[in-house]
Amino acid sequence: MLVTPLPELGLVAANGPNDPDPELVVENGVVVRMDGRPATEFDVIDRFLVAHGLDLDVAVEAMALSDLDVARKLVDVDVPRAEIVRLARGLTPAKLARVAGLLDPVELMFALKKLRARRAPANQAHVTNLKESPALLAADAAEAAVRGFAEIETTVGVARYAPLNAISLLVGSQTGRPGVMTQCAVEERRNLELAVNGLVTYAETLSVYGTEQVFVDGDDTPWSKSFLGAAYASRGVKVRFTSGTGSEALMGHAQGMSMLYLEARCISVVRAAGSQGVQNGSISCVALVLSLPGGTRAILAENVIAAWLDLEVASGNDAIASHSAIRKTAKLMGQFLPGTDFVTSGYSVMPRHDNTFGGGNYDADDLDEWMTIQRDWQVDGGIEPVDEAEVTRVRGRAARALQAVFAELGLPEVSDAEVDAATIGYDASDMPDRDRAADVAAADAALDRKVSGLDVALALDRRGFEDVARAVVDMQRQRVSADYLQTSAVIDPDGTVRSAVNDPNAYTGPGTGYRLEGARWEALQALPHVVDAATLGTGARTVQPIVVEGDDAAVGTDATEVVIAVGPAFAGTIRETINGLDHGDVLAAIVAGVAEGGGSPRIVRVRRVADVAFIAHDGARLSGSGVALGIQSKGTAVIHRADLQPLDNLELFGMSPLYSLESYRAMGRNAAGYALGNRVGPVPTELDNFARAKLIVRTTLLHARETRAVVKGAEPIELFLTALPQPVAL
Amino acid sequence: MSFDPTVDYPLGSRRPDLVETPSGLALDDVTLEAARAGTLVASDVRATHATLRRQAEVARATGRMQLADNLDRAAELARVPDEELLEIYTALRPGRSTAMELEEWARQLEGWEAPLTAAFVREATAAYIERGLVCA
Repeated sequence: MLVTPLPELGLVAANGPNDPDPELVVENGVVVRMDGRPATEFDVIDRFLVAHGLDLDVAVEAMALSDLDVARKLVDVDVPRAEIVRLARGLTPAKLARVAGLLDPVELMFALKKLRARRAPANQAHVTNLKESPALLAADAAEAAVRGFAEIETTVGVARYAPLNAISLLVGSQTGRPGVMTQCAVEERRNLELAVNGLVTYAETLSVYGTEQVFVDGDDTPWSKSFLGAAYASRGVKVRFTSGTGSEALMGHAQGMSMLYLEARCISVVRAAGSQGVQNGSISCVALVLSLPGGTRAILAENVIAAWLDLEVASGNDAIASHSAIRKTAKLMGQFLPGTDFVTSGYSVMPRHDNTFGGGNYDADDLDEWMTIQRDWQVDGGIEPVDEAEVTRVRGRAARALQAVFAELGLPEVSDAEVDAATIGYDASDMPDRDRAADVAAADAALDRKVSGLDVALALDRRGFEDVARAVVDMQRQRVSADYLQTSAVIDPDGTVRSAVNDPNAYTGPGTGYRLEGARWEALQALPHVVDAATLGTGARTVQPIVVEGDDAAVGTDATEVVIAVGPAFAGTIRETINGLDHGDVLAAIVAGVAEGGGSPRIVRVRRVADVAFIAHDGARLSGSGVALGIQSKGTAVIHRADLQPLDNLELFGMSPLYSLESYRAMGRNAAGYALGNRVGPVPTELDNFARAKLIVRTTLLHARETRAVVKGAEPIELFLTALPQPVAL
Repeated sequence: MSFDPTVDYPLGSRRPDLVETPSGLALDDVTLEAARAGTLVASDVRATHATLRRQAEVARATGRMQLADNLDRAAELARVPDEELLEIYTALRPGRSTAMELEEWARQLEGWEAPLTAAFVREATAAYIERGLVCA
């Protein structure tokens, strides 16, 4: 649904009529006014920002710059990231929103590319299923890991399942690729317990809001959320806050402000709270923002503000944005092309109907298209092609590893049938039902006896999964060194942490920064469904010669003669038409058609040229009747007459992908009809405007091969079918 | 060798010699072999106050002041038991505590050698009083 803006309810994407003018008044080192409010009226958000969010030394300089000056610095390739990040330390939310609101979509994308914290983009996966089947969770997590996702997130349908889901994700992820970080989105107490026990390594459940009322309705304040962030970090959990445009309007307390302005307040709180990053980009409210004019742009602008505030950005694209695949993908390009730290904050690796986050904007069935778009743009969207055999192997191994862990830890059995179903299953409906009451009871017991990441590793080790055990221990080691608490951290398979500290984005224009090239580009273009161009259309199915060549072709004298003139490669180096019809069958059909029409067929090969008009015209000049049917190897045909100009014709059959043997037989009949001077109705042809898109590659390759077979100045020669023409079965 | 936050990150790969578990086990001894032998136990698998302080220094060296402050508070909270951690969080939620109760938590935090976090709680208390977010 699309609606008109209604600013009093906060239904305006950006640059709202009630948004305050940027303002910062400092007296004796104390902020006395900010964004239209005196200090006495500061709400809890203003107070937190004044206490933690503004570097007053920078603020004087930064707030004095005009909006346009700051906006231009964002897209000026000669102003380095470090400089605009420095200025942002002194900007108020209204200034951030106003400046971002000045950029058009392409400028926003450029700014985002420049501002991303980590050098290379990555991606985050959602792994859930409706039955909370542990084997399927493990298999899907393993698939996500082997496909290159750097983080994998699950949640629970039934809250008490949390430890089982966390274990399934841990085992699956480390089976797929060591170093992948995992989280289980549950309420704070349980989440902290999972973290303390080493079953998860990150959390992004810390939501913030742009008005005091909504913040308090969410049962938090900036101080409580910031404290929670420190509490998680103290237990070795990477923390990412969550915010997004539209949440305040949805919760009924937008105070008449635009979504982008309120979001600038949220992101400012996130930075002030000391979070390393933010899941950001409307998230669950995306469809609300997209109902408004400029909604897609506003969401991209909030991503830019988050990156500008030097935060890791997991840029939404998780919740379903629209029913329209075109609008969804148009929106995605804003994050996909510049690249963000996590292009989606949850790509549904399984079918969206198994996604219990309410996510699945892009899901399992879209993987091929996602990777094709990466290949189209030469852009790294964080997902790697893997062939089906490897996916199946990894899924099976993860499910078996999980089966072993459950058995060793005394958790309810994972059956062989479950392992098999999880290995090749499509969704939860393929999974055998489990005793869910027993699972929940076992999950409670697992929490009570503090089943830990080390317990999981030892269980794997005892059952022969030593490599996975080592990967799980390495994740425990990461919790001790805590390097992944720094901004935008991901972990390489060898355990090296890469973050904005040791692998920062240093983009300063063409030739700098992260570019998809070298081995990574080779890997991302090698999709399983890519065809080797060198093997296309050679038609290696038959080895018997289709025709034998005779002498140079003479001019015929039979007035009923119809010459069938084929191209240089026909039935030679090319043996089938573009839609796979054997050249012998095609010739037999044409010969039969000519005979049916009362003509006398004679086959010649034109060697000097590959163009169908000249092939046919050369044939016509040899024909006793003056009429010929010319045909290229790919199947394009023309009926020609000797007295016409070469580029004129009697009938042209240019839709070669659509022709059957019956079509060629009808062409032969018509050619005979023209030869005998009968009235001829054109051969019915169909039209398919997708044929070009579908077959242009094949056309190009076939024509190249035809052209290669051309012998300059060579005379046409007689051809004879090796098999006698059989009546074509119709 | 002393710690240099501008070059010693990541600690895990560049300066494992500086990282220990709470019981004093060296980072390079956090291995499957140690787990098999029982010398590494789950309760010991966590970052120490000292490690988190170093991460705070790394963040500060890259100009990320708020992240650094947060990691400094995290370093302090490494000394606070799990249960109290959650109790303080709950106490800081809106309308949960009186100003006196929050002050009591600030004093307790000082007892755990967490002065930064104590100040943070007191700062929250002042703001809550102004905005009516404390119980009477």
